[in-house]
Amino acid sequence: MESKRASFEGALEALGVTVSSTAESELEAAVTEAVTEPAVGIALDETVGDEAFSLTETPVTVDPTPVALREATTGVTGAELGIGDYGSLVLSMTEAASELVSLFVERHVAILHEEDIQPDMDAAVAEVDERFNETGGSAIIATGPSATADMGALVKGAHGPREVHVIIVEEGV
Amino acid sequence: MATADEIRELMRTEGAAVAENTQGFNAGRYDSVADLKDYEELKQAARSIKEDAIEELPDLLDQLTETVEANGGTVYIADDAADANDYIRNVVDERAADRVVKSKSMTSEEIEVNDALEADGVDVVETDLGEWVLQVADEAPSHIVAPAIHKSRESIAELFNERFDPEEPLETAEELTRFARKKLGEQIIDAEVGITGANFITADTGTMALVTSEGNARKTVAATDTHVAVAGVEKVIPTVGDLHPFIELIGRSGTGQDITSYVSLLTPPVDTPVVDFTDDETPLSAFESDRDFHLVLIDNGRLEMRDDDHLRETLYCIRCSACSNSCANFQSVGGHAFGGETYSGGIATGWEAGIEGLDVAEEFNDLCTGCTRCVNACPVGIDIPWINTVVRDRINRDKDAPGEWLVDGLTPDEEDDGAPLQKRFFGNFETVAKLGSATAPVSNWLAGTTLSRRAMDQILGIDPRRDLPTFERETLVDWAASRDSQVAEPERRAVLYPDLYTNHVQVERGKAAVKVLESLGVDVVVPPAPSSGRAPLSQGMIATATDHAERVTETLGPHIEGGRDVVVIEPSDHAMFTREYERLIDEAAFTDIAENSYEVFEYVFGLLDNGASIDSLTTVEGAEIAYHSHCQQRTLGLEAHTVAVLEDCGYDVVTSDVECCGMAGSFGYKSDYYELSMDVGDRLRTQLRDDGVQDRPVVASGTSCLEQIDALLERQPRHPIELLAT
Ligand code: SF4
Repeated sequence: MESKRASFEGALEALGVTVSSTAESELEAAVTEAVTEPAVGIALDETVGDEAFSLTETPVTVDPTPVALREATTGVTGAELGIGDYGSLVLSMTEAASELVSLFVERHVAILHEEDIQPDMDAAVAEVDERFNETGGSAIIATGPSATADMGALVKGAHGPREVHVIIVEEGV
Repeated sequence: MATADEIRELMRTEGAAVAENTQGFNAGRYDSVADLKDYEELKQAARSIKEDAIEELPDLLDQLTETVEANGGTVYIADDAADANDYIRNVVDERAADRVVKSKSMTSEEIEVNDALEADGVDVVETDLGEWVLQVADEAPSHIVAPAIHKSRESIAELFNERFDPEEPLETAEELTRFARKKLGEQIIDAEVGITGANFITADTGTMALVTSEGNARKTVAATDTHVAVAGVEKVIPTVGDLHPFIELIGRSGTGQDITSYVSLLTPPVDTPVVDFTDDETPLSAFESDRDFHLVLIDNGRLEMRDDDHLRETLYCIRCSACSNSCANFQSVGGHAFGGETYSGGIATGWEAGIEGLDVAEEFNDLCTGCTRCVNACPVGIDIPWINTVVRDRINRDKDAPGEWLVDGLTPDEEDDGAPLQKRFFGNFETVAKLGSATAPVSNWLAGTTLSRRAMDQILGIDPRRDLPTFERETLVDWAASRDSQVAEPERRAVLYPDLYTNHVQVERGKAAVKVLESLGVDVVVPPAPSSGRAPLSQGMIATATDHAERVTETLGPHIEGGRDVVVIEPSDHAMFTREYERLIDEAAFTDIAENSYEVFEYVFGLLDNGASIDSLTTVEGAEIAYHSHCQQRTLGLEAHTVAVLEDCGYDVVTSDVECCGMAGSFGYKSDYYELSMDVGDRLRTQLRDDGVQDRPVVASGTSCLEQIDALLERQPRHPIELLAT
């Protein structure tokens, strides 16, 4: 477990993705620290799967209007899986519009349970395969910020976020 | 076909940007795949998934159609471009859409859907930044993955400043990207229909994988209420689980990224709510996810390719671009010369021949020299040079038979009457060489006169700036026949294959090889033998090459049976015996020659490894040397043997790492390609003139590499075997 997390964090660092970790009980403080306002988010229980997670005590506007989304700097969503060897996040796509909140912003803050870190791509695809075959659905394997080299040099932040931050929620702390 | 003038102009205007980008991608690929501990296994898995999927294609298409329909989408299988465009126009019309936003898709370019929609008055916006630059500039892509690599940052800034006249002139890549993001962002949220491609589509769940970096494909789907995905029928694979090897390989093989920023795994219609981006009252989750999805699968010649034993492999292609980036000629000219209507690079020959026809493939097919540097780079193991050879053969046969004059006697095989004169000259070089040696030195004097050089240029397209080979009066075979074996009790017995150049031109290296082998205890014979067929094969004369292959195996067969190993000096001929012959002769004959053939240094390495003494060779103490291996030799994994033996002999070896010297057999002799060949060679020249390398003597394994280096440098190169002879 430790090595999965270590390789995940190492890979994130190489991608220029910042990481913080927190106990479940301290999540709101961690989110507050990680966002740059104005910030929007989706109700976390939708993607993180735990009713206890609420963002009410944070500066994050949950379930914003489209205009608020466009004006926001930060978008907060959950992440379904982390992929140790690539530093990728698997973002699910739901009716709660997590896809819009993670994409139409400058900074994406993703909340990930430590136990959802998979060791490698093989294991992550197997998980996704199982979910898709059981319940259908879509997902994005997102690795680092959006980027382009089409303008003559590598630039971070093409159509999607230019910064990504991952909050790892530690187990049993 | 691109003329010498067109190639020169492209190299002048686009060459620098293309070279920098493709070489960067290519170097990135080497680094990135080196990190993958199971690279070869992943490639094999990818290959077998594609092989099986194309085999099962009709069933998979049925399954996929059912799945997508059950998911709430529509599938349309279009026979050709017009059929696909009619369907898409209808979808857009029914939606009453004013604007369609698109993410990058080669297949949509193949059918030219933009033109079709624009003719209906629809505003079509490319949202991939590279594609958008080209849309603004009204230019064609020069690369299948990075379409605008031929444009420098300066030229994009100039274009934008002129076209959009921003308040502050744009200059840096950062500024240009911000500007494009803002402009395109507004257009995306205002569009009704989003068109994407699909890199893979799984039949089990109807999931499509989209491999992108910018996030524009995500936005194209999320911000519109009608999603049209356009893909070739060959994109279907059985399951979501099958995506795994491709996800790991596609970015690494192409631009050298371990993985691109986003791999979207969409099972459309997706659940993301369709929102009104101007609404400031309704929360996002209150919008419905009411989205139409149309999957347009395009045949356009693909099902016929599936039935074609030689073009079928093309359908395994995942469009990663490794075969473009690893190609020395592509690195110099890019896809505007090395490409057809839609596709570019080595595999484009297969795509364009299958989709557009031989006439389009003919325009650029000659730019594949058969160096094979793309073969190991291709994540699905396609024999790209073979596809180019087959298409060249078909193009030759498609032509009217040329005039009966001059070199008709050079064509021993009626079947290859179709090949143009120049191809027949190079393809039948064996006849030329035999005549050349028999009449040397007169032949050499004659060939050197201005008059005959001008005639060669006009009639055969041989560039007068090239030195022609000088034929030796005494061939290697004659020399060997006139002497006795020097080994009394041989450890092994070998037949040294007298390739065309060693036998007639570079006879010294042949003598050196015989002496080295004898010093190591090998009994050597050098019988007369037909040329390998490499020359006709590279001209697309497969029947002639097959005839050579059969005669070679007939000649060498008895020697092999008698317990002799076959030792080959010329790497391109060794590659014929161990690789290309598999396509030309029956399996037993191929296995026989392939398993018993050794490149000369591979053989020396083996002898030393098995106890032969290095002291029987000429050794030195730390003498510095520069070594250029040969493209086909490297593809076969045989560069290391030469380096190891030279180091064992005491040399301090520096190696080049360019993909090809540029000469590539007869390619560099052709008037149309002389300057391209020298441009490619320039990269090797730069390496050989580097600090710490510039004073080193140069050795090279391939005949054409030696000719090219001779033309590039003051230093005259030699074959490394000549260093070892005592
Ligand atoms: S042929 Fe192979 S290397 Fe070339 S683009 Fe296709 S998959 Fe990539």
